[in-house]
Amino acid sequence: MLSRERAAGGALTLALAIGMVALLIGCGRAPAAESGTLPPTLAATGLYSDFAARTLADGVIAFSPQYPLWTDGATKRRWIALPPGTSIDASDPDHWRFPPGTRLWKEFAFERPIETRYLELGTDGEWRFASYQWAADGSAAPLAPECGVRGAATTPDGVRFDVPSRLDCLACHRGGADVVLGFGALQLSGDRDPLALHGGPLPDGALDLAELVRRGLVRGLPEWLLATPPRIAAASPRERAVLGYLHGNCAACHNASGPLAGLGMDLAASLREDATKRAAPPAALSTTVGVESRFALQDASLRIAPGAPEQSVLARRIASRHAAQQMPPLGTRVVDSHASQTIAEWIRADLVPAASR
Amino acid sequence: MDRRLSMSLAVLCLAGAAVAYSAAQPTGPSADSQDARVARGRYLVNAVGCVDCHAPKEFGPAGPVPDAARSLSGHRQELALPPAPAASGPWIASTTGELTAWSGPWGTSFAANLTPDVETGLGSWSEEEFVATIRTGRTRGRGRELLPPMPIPAFQHFSDADLRAIWAYLRSLPPVSNRVPQPLPPPGAN
Repeated sequence: MLSRERAAGGALTLALAIGMVALLIGCGRAPAAESGTLPPTLAATGLYSDFAARTLADGVIAFSPQYPLWTDGATKRRWIALPPGTSIDASDPDHWRFPPGTRLWKEFAFERPIETRYLELGTDGEWRFASYQWAADGSAAPLAPECGVRGAATTPDGVRFDVPSRLDCLACHRGGADVVLGFGALQLSGDRDPLALHGGPLPDGALDLAELVRRGLVRGLPEWLLATPPRIAAASPRERAVLGYLHGNCAACHNASGPLAGLGMDLAASLREDATKRAAPPAALSTTVGVESRFALQDASLRIAPGAPEQSVLARRIASRHAAQQMPPLGTRVVDSHASQTIAEWIRADLVPAASR
Repeated sequence: MDRRLSMSLAVLCLAGAAVAYSAAQPTGPSADSQDARVARGRYLVNAVGCVDCHAPKEFGPAGPVPDAARSLSGHRQELALPPAPAASGPWIASTTGELTAWSGPWGTSFAANLTPDVETGLGSWSEEEFVATIRTGRTRGRGRELLPPMPIPAFQHFSDADLRAIWAYLRSLPPVSNRVPQPLPPPGAN
């Protein structure tokens, strides 16, 4: 057992570590193309017709991805608005194309709203990113600084929650072919995964894929996805949930088309072909299970070592929140214990070591 | 001189050099052509002391000097190190004689291979990723945080043109295969 002095020393060391790493992260400079004129307040973005009453404006649609991003336990609500008479081109089911004027919002709350993040596709074809920080009494939500806001809230675990900087927004939203994350065919499928981590049934008022198609807001979806709501083909219900979690939490960067494609680790769940008829394993398995990691740890060299989560770099990094090895590397300071345990159990129980086959 | 004292002074020197650079308008070659960009990048790399940490050293009568054959290839992969000494009193950080491995409250960090080796260096990086790394303090602009003693706050004062010049110079180096170890969390951290 640690002595009280050693425990105190550990806390001091941890605080120093956090402080010293934090010192490294400055504001930086956003690319000019991303820093165009942004609405000065959330009210000015058009989310509400009556800000004080929180009445949504006409044409604002609620949605809820079945595999949500973990953000340290924040409660989230999401909305999208398309310009009247426009629609989303879903002919490539993995990479939807949004019409100019598309706007999306995501509200983060810890007992009260803390921030609402905002995406806007301009008529110039450029996406713009912003966050609006709520006043404690909810009376206003002005544009947050480009550098973000450290300590905007405290999570239920007593950990600092930050409003991200504009550059941190780009880290995920420019990590692949899609700027919009969490709003696609798989995420909005009516065949929602009952084991999805932090998922759940579709909230009241939120639209799923079929309803978006019925209303003409999504067009061009391939026939097989119209006939059968998309779902991840997996060897077990737990594997389906795990692959969905990796899709929702990791694939923004770890995909086959973005800047990190050279790593050869693709965690995106593709719908380009009918997964239920596919013979090959999904990329999330073929690029991880038994594959050497470039981030080898002292006692873990494979991305996923079947049967051995403690020797799997992927599981180890998801279970870490130390700056040197945590995954995801930003946007979270609290380990997603539910996910970490589920992934570890999947690796231990569902993946068979080659020597045992 | 006490070893840890000398190393702490080294940290101060690194930070001081970087801050001093950022506080002044740099002089030296302009960045009009590719050759000029490389020359300016070399000038900047030398001026702000990148070799202090990123170059493996040879030890001779004059003490540690950069190993020219290894260029800016970072902490030598074959250099097995014992655990870093525990922090004591006001001495919170320590380093190796080559200055390529550092230990402190953040854990243990190893200077990266900056040569254009595809497998172990920056050979697979783009210029945009290099610039984003310095702007954000994150690997490739979206990965893990860069750790001390990398002076990111000072380097964020570089102009885009300066960063591109540094990138041009780094790309002109001979690739050196050297897989630098991943950083280690401090004992007890998850």
